[in-house]
Amino acid sequence: MVSRVRYTESHEWIRWEEGENIGTVGITDHAQDLLGDLVFVELPKIGAVLAQGQEAGVVESVKAASDVYAPVSGKVIKQNEVLDQSPGVVNQSAEQEGWLYQIEITHPDELEKLLDQKNYLAAVG
Amino acid sequence: MPFVPHSKADINAMLSTIGVDQIEDLFDEIPLVIKARPFEKIPENISESELTRLMTARANEDGVDLNFIGAGAYEHYIPWAVWDIVSRGEIMTSYTPYQAEASQGNLQMIYEYQSMISSLMGLDCSNASLYDGASGLAEAILMAVRIQLDKPKKILILGDVSPNYLEVLHVLLPHQGIEIDLDLNLNLDKNIKNLYAAVVIVQPSFLGLIQPVDVLTDWAHAAGALVIALVNPIAMSLLKPPGEWSAAENLDKGADIACGEAQPLGVPLAFGGPYLGFICCKKKYVRQMPGRIVGRTIDLEGKEGFCLTLQAREQHIRRAKATSNICTNQGLLVAAAMVYMSLLGETGLKQVAKQCYLNALALREKLIQIDGVKLIHTGPWFHEFAVSMPLPIDKIREELAREGIQAGIEVNMPGFSNVLLICSTEVHTSLDHDRYVNALKYVLSQAKIESCFNKNTELDGVTGAEKILC
Repeated sequence: MVSRVRYTESHEWIRWEEGENIGTVGITDHAQDLLGDLVFVELPKIGAVLAQGQEAGVVESVKAASDVYAPVSGKVIKQNEVLDQSPGVVNQSAEQEGWLYQIEITHPDELEKLLDQKNYLAAVG
Repeated sequence: MPFVPHSKADINAMLSTIGVDQIEDLFDEIPLVIKARPFEKIPENISESELTRLMTARANEDGVDLNFIGAGAYEHYIPWAVWDIVSRGEIMTSYTPYQAEASQGNLQMIYEYQSMISSLMGLDCSNASLYDGASGLAEAILMAVRIQLDKPKKILILGDVSPNYLEVLHVLLPHQGIEIDLDLNLNLDKNIKNLYAAVVIVQPSFLGLIQPVDVLTDWAHAAGALVIALVNPIAMSLLKPPGEWSAAENLDKGADIACGEAQPLGVPLAFGGPYLGFICCKKKYVRQMPGRIVGRTIDLEGKEGFCLTLQAREQHIRRAKATSNICTNQGLLVAAAMVYMSLLGETGLKQVAKQCYLNALALREKLIQIDGVKLIHTGPWFHEFAVSMPLPIDKIREELAREGIQAGIEVNMPGFSNVLLICSTEVHTSLDHDRYVNALKYVLSQAKIESCFNKNTELDGVTGAEKILC
């Protein structure tokens, strides 16, 4: 199976297996670096139906609180429960262990409109 | 950065740019009646010392009345040490800490206040305070609605609540789409399952009544609503604190949020303000609590220190998405409340509360002996009670004020007529009560004679002696 990943301009990433409709969502390493030490992560409720670009949660650091947006439309099916007690995991591993939630993708076509890694890195300079 | 004042040339240049002749014209739209004018009753050109003498003499004419008005703001004895400490320059001038961690003393003071008020409420956390009790209730409701995203944006208030508080709610809440229902009769047969985001329980109620908070809390929780306790902090030293409300095993214990007016804790009446609002909650809801919170922590060297936490949710960072955009902390009054609570301690606060009840009870017993004075409610109460009078309340208040007694306030609620709300606290003595009772008796008897006289003058041939006997 081929793992694929796409990015948004608002600094989220989504990873999914080719041919599957379950995506894992998080914030980028660049975003966690800008935010600084996270102290709290507010995740969307399981079962919540999100539209692409809709607010899905909040990441709060010692100096800022930022909304996290849904990279694609879908239904939330799982939360990263580790973050409840240890939000710092996002700082240590934003794009692996620090994932936020999993979403059942309802509009796979939306994925193709997101940025690939090269374009995202170029966008954030 | 140097301070460069505007020169006349600068001002003229700006005025001509916007096409205005003189600065005063910019304020044209302010009606003349509200613009500052010379004071009519103060002679012009008098010196400061003359003015002081004049104003002192006039203030003395008013005297200091015996005050039996409660209804949300309460006169208590404030130990001299409270404002002696709070008037120190470094405390007097502190507002909310902006360069927070540089003000360790200020932060510690707020931290101690938070610890005391949350322990008084029996809840996990408190914020650094709010404007006053009414905005405290509004913030508690907004907070409950944020927590209960899957519930209707509706609030139920049980029992009587201050009309002033309701006015503030009606200013702040409808614009956020929040509806308020009132239930004065505590109708618990009604099925409110999932109808409300929160239920507000007032303890004691506006009319001074102690509510069956355990039953009400369970009823609200069983219906999926959060419980907001609106309480008098002095009363909480004697009654069950919000964090312990509820009797049922299988339901959430305690009110979820407690709020109210902390003026009784060391803050003088001062013609109605500034006062001090408080809000406390269970730890699981702390993220939705408005305003700032001071926490205790350790620095890199392992030394204890205080810091502002949760400030990233505040208006200067989160803007439109801040938990609140009208919240501040009342630095000075927080200090007063903190010093007051530390000086009195748990035992002292309990004694104050007990003495309030005993004094109010003594006055009530004397008043209801008077012909025509009737108690509105029976059942448990705290330090305030409502009685109906055989005369218009305005008349009674006016006549008693002439005797240096502030009799109370009229209850302007549907179904109430000629009802006076009276409060007595620990500051009163039985002599004060006697003054009240005698003055009231005199007013009522005068009114009776007057009415007899008016009646009898219509009858012919009635002698003076018979007039008195009517």
